[in-house]
Amino acid sequence: MDLKDKIVSSYLAFEDHLDDNSPLHDIRNQAIKTFEEKGFPTKKEEAWKYTSLKSILNQDYSVFPKQENALEYRDVKKYFIHDIDSYKIVFVDGRYSSHLSQTTHDGIDVCLMSSALSKPKYRIVIENYFNKAATKDSLSSLNTAFAGEGAYIHIRKNKLVEKPIQILHFCSGNESALMLQPRNLIVVDENAHVQIIERHQSLTDNPVLTNSVTEIFANKRAIVDYYKVQNDRETASLIDNTFISQKQESHCSVHTFSFGGKLTRNNLNFFQKGERIDSTLKGVTIIGNKQHVDHNTLVHHIEPNCESHQDYKGIFGDNATGVFNGKVVVEKEAQKANAFQANNNILISDKASINTKPQLEIFADDVKCSHGCTIGQLDESAMFYMRSRGIPEKEAKALLMYAFSNNVLSSVKIPEIKQRITKIIANKLGVNIGFDL
Amino acid sequence: MSKYTEDDLREELKTKEYEYGFYTDIQSETFPIGLNEDIVRAISKKKEEPEWMTEWRLESFKIWKEMIEPDWANVNYTKPDFQAISYYSAPNSKPKYDSLDEVDPELLATFEKLGISLDEQKKLAGVAMDVVVDSVSVATTFKKTLAEKGIVFMSISEAIKEHPELVKKYIGTVVPQKDNFYAALNSAVFSDGSFCYIPKGVKCPMELSTYFRINQAGTGQFERTLVIADEGSYVSYLEGCTAPSRDENQLHAAVVELIALDDAEIKYSTVQNWYPGNAEGKGGVYNFVTKRGLCEKNAKISWTQVETGSAVTWKYPSCILKGDNSVGEFYSIAVTNNYQQADTGTKMIHLGKNTKSTIISKGISAGKSQNSYRGLVQISSRAENARNFSQCDSLLMGNECGAHTFPYIEAKNKSAKIEHEATTSKIGEDQIFYCNQRGIDTEKAIALIVNGFSKEVLNKLPMEFAVEAQKLLEISLEGSVG
Repeated sequence: MDLKDKIVSSYLAFEDHLDDNSPLHDIRNQAIKTFEEKGFPTKKEEAWKYTSLKSILNQDYSVFPKQENALEYRDVKKYFIHDIDSYKIVFVDGRYSSHLSQTTHDGIDVCLMSSALSKPKYRIVIENYFNKAATKDSLSSLNTAFAGEGAYIHIRKNKLVEKPIQILHFCSGNESALMLQPRNLIVVDENAHVQIIERHQSLTDNPVLTNSVTEIFANKRAIVDYYKVQNDRETASLIDNTFISQKQESHCSVHTFSFGGKLTRNNLNFFQKGERIDSTLKGVTIIGNKQHVDHNTLVHHIEPNCESHQDYKGIFGDNATGVFNGKVVVEKEAQKANAFQANNNILISDKASINTKPQLEIFADDVKCSHGCTIGQLDESAMFYMRSRGIPEKEAKALLMYAFSNNVLSSVKIPEIKQRITKIIANKLGVNIGFDL
Repeated sequence: MSKYTEDDLREELKTKEYEYGFYTDIQSETFPIGLNEDIVRAISKKKEEPEWMTEWRLESFKIWKEMIEPDWANVNYTKPDFQAISYYSAPNSKPKYDSLDEVDPELLATFEKLGISLDEQKKLAGVAMDVVVDSVSVATTFKKTLAEKGIVFMSISEAIKEHPELVKKYIGTVVPQKDNFYAALNSAVFSDGSFCYIPKGVKCPMELSTYFRINQAGTGQFERTLVIADEGSYVSYLEGCTAPSRDENQLHAAVVELIALDDAEIKYSTVQNWYPGNAEGKGGVYNFVTKRGLCEKNAKISWTQVETGSAVTWKYPSCILKGDNSVGEFYSIAVTNNYQQADTGTKMIHLGKNTKSTIISKGISAGKSQNSYRGLVQISSRAENARNFSQCDSLLMGNECGAHTFPYIEAKNKSAKIEHEATTSKIGEDQIFYCNQRGIDTEKAIALIVNGFSKEVLNKLPMEFAVEAQKLLEISLEGSVG
């Protein structure tokens, strides 16, 4: 039985436990039907031209983990940004781990999707927002059908959340192969401000496939900073589908740091549903071995006077493959749009490859849209300069590569994350320097 | 005219009728409509082709039957009914002319209307022309001068008879029969086209040129061009086309193959002005063309195109940079107006070491047109030190048109250096203001800006052609280019 059949048949079992009267029931049924029709995307689809899921779909993933697995904080401490105070929502094998978490209902809701879906007091929010931003592609639909657990964050009007929120998904490895489908919903009301850090981490070498969907709604003048840290083992694969729906004058930024995993696919979609919106999409990718990272972004300019900035940097070594597929759509009404897109790549090995496709689709005339894309090498004269001053080759290279990705790091607003990322980069490049320049 | 604004320009563009729309009544011999093996055989027989050519056509036809029409391009149109087209049409009487006086006077008048009268061309430009009216070449000039140098420049049907060894060796090597749907169709039914061979070490002393026109109602034109530049030779080849105004859609599916052997250089320039359809988007030519060049060691192929016509354009002049140190270039201006749709660009396939490619693409969209750039830059793992620079700029006039960019960049070698940039904008009000303030009226200012916008590409055209290109821009964006 292939994975698709297995998933579809396990939905029938899953459906038995569901409340038939819930409005979600129809959404789920519709979603599983969509998935059944479309199946897993193949390379024949334009959006998946450069990424094949074949290598990760051949595992016999269990869809529902059988047992509850507890983890000790000291074992997983290093995966937290632990030097700052923060709210934490932690999941182990897709289940909520209460003793690792720190949630709140004090003026803001930082809690669980499962309780939001079942408790009546959240019903209005769920009805208004759940599955409203996600597109109906096959993988998001698959997630929607099984949506049960994940983070639920609702920031009320005028609230400035003083500590960042960390969302962590651990995979204990007790199952021989596991498929996880977390579902996050983040609603940020008028004038509110929130910072969120998300991380997926596998603790053993057992294969894991995560198909995550995150919906973010930024209402009027809301500010959302989202950081994705992807530094997983080489047996873990991640398909991250993030949908951001912005209202007028809101600012949203998503930073994606991809340093690990077997196959990582980031589907990042911004919908600008108001005027004077600002969207920022940035990413650093440093991978090696046989890793594959695919950034697939969409910025949909619907209303006038909006801005979007995209900046993705990639460094690819060994047999790694990188994909960047950025799309900017400017509708007829979206006059005075200012869309910028940049994708810079360095190949440091003969077997590494990069496929990039920055796309513009523009229907409005009074716009400023540009994109730039480069593939190149480290500057030899800069290398020589450093070498002639006694900096070893490895360190000199590392410094140049760090400088190359610094553009993206400079807009990170939480210093602790910046430090952490810097450390990971140094580790990745095999040097022991702090880059604290 | 001082109040002339962009809106006026847009209005003018909308109402501008196709200037070169006319129909020459030359008695033509036309095959019955439809396509099957018999038609393919009949075309081949009509052209007195040898057996191997007939077989080649039939093989292509078999391949074509198995293929489906591609629909990935960013264009919308009613798919042509391939069984409703007549696949062969030739001017009725076809004597071999020795001088222009013998040519059908009506035909000469046609050329005069197009501003390309043969004798004028002969005198002024020193251009040898292989004039193609509806698929059969009727006049070839300067043949003697070329023959002295050993240059072969003739219609492809003649070449099949006179130089079968060359045709047999090279046809289908760059664009194989099964390459794509339209290439397969063309391989099966191509009616005529040009053949050109430049011997070793010869620099062709003049620009070679052909003019394609679609004339007979309801006949698709399937041109086949083969240009071979032998080692160390150089040739500049011009191709230009205008078509009479018609209401039904006409199909044009040409194949152009360029082969540049070691150290050779081919410069291929196109001005395309097929009938674009009227202001309501009715009629117009479907232009589905496969153009590709192969570069051996140290060779260079340069494509320059000015695309102003056709209702639907699907065209990607490409370079396969097979030999080390080979160079590929692509310079393009695509202008779309009313309901025109263009999906055009290039492919640069880097296979050899130290290969270099440059892509400059300028898109201008007005009216309700859609203009897309689609390009591929591919660096294979063995292509050390490959270098690419791409620039795609789009200019939008009005908010009912669209400009799209689909660049694909695939690098598999760490020493590759690739730069790509694209911009989309409209004519800046400040630019117009600057001109106005210095006494240049708005019409002239727009002309100046559009001209400047396209300059990089216009500069690449051979002198004789640049004039015509300017003319065509004038027609497409009347009132904006002076």
